[in-house]
Amino acid sequence: MIGLLNYWVVFALMLLGLYMTISSSNLVKKVVGLNIFQTSVFIFFISMGKVTGGTAPILDEAYSAYSNPLPHVLILTAIVVGVATTALALALIVRIREGYGSIEESYIRDKDRESGS
Amino acid sequence: MLVILSVALLRMRDLFTVAMLTGIYSLVIACFFMLQDAVDVAFTEAAVGAGITTVLFLATLSMVGREEAPASRIHLPALACTLAVGALLVYASQDMPAWGDPNAPVHQHVAPRYIEQSADEVGPPNIVTSVLASYRGYDTMGEVGVVFTAAIGVLLLLGNGTRRRRDSDGDSEDQT
Repeated sequence: MIGLLNYWVVFALMLLGLYMTISSSNLVKKVVGLNIFQTSVFIFFISMGKVTGGTAPILDEAYSAYSNPLPHVLILTAIVVGVATTALALALIVRIREGYGSIEESYIRDKDRESGS
Repeated sequence: MLVILSVALLRMRDLFTVAMLTGIYSLVIACFFMLQDAVDVAFTEAAVGAGITTVLFLATLSMVGREEAPASRIHLPALACTLAVGALLVYASQDMPAWGDPNAPVHQHVAPRYIEQSADEVGPPNIVTSVLASYRGYDTMGEVGVVFTAAIGVLLLLGNGTRRRRDSDGDSEDQT
């Protein structure tokens, strides 16, 4: 059972991120929620790469067991891509603020409805 | 620890506090990666996650203001959806191999080859570097493409506004 505890923490984080993304009406909070969701996936991958008794995947005479380097590489790429998407999302928020004067979802929806009818 | 921090993130109304907590959260995650033997990932997360992301959030907040509207009771559809997904995930996790199990399927396929051959085939003692730059070089190239596209997107979204403002000010910086 203790073997799965790590995954359950990941799930808890993932669900918190999901809930935050759906329920927050503030756009910045939504992006923070997405970030939490994303980091939970990172933790999931890194947990899978861990080998008991293994060391960091840097070759050395003194060690023979290494953790799996492949998830590390994938997550390294994912972190950088994550920052790029976060930057794009925040830029969109700044533009929305310039256009609507608010970053609250309900306010934006009301304004859309006014201009639509 | 991480769960407590993210609950705090969810409850917090002041967006400035949220931005700072995001930075702390990233740093804690970097420590966790360190404990899991993922040293390269840990310092990337510490530099990029805790550093650049926090700066981006703060820059955004300086433009959009830091107060969140005090609304939101518990959002029932979101809660139901979240709990359903959670139940499915826990159900699915029953089949997962235990944490740290050296016989898990993840460790059987290409990883042994990377560990045994990369010193001869590529060179550097750090296996993560060899895999990143050589075996999975296309991934890294794609990553550069994504970052480039995102940078262009940000510049198009934000540059437009500043140029319009600059033109109305009668500033001629663009021509120099």
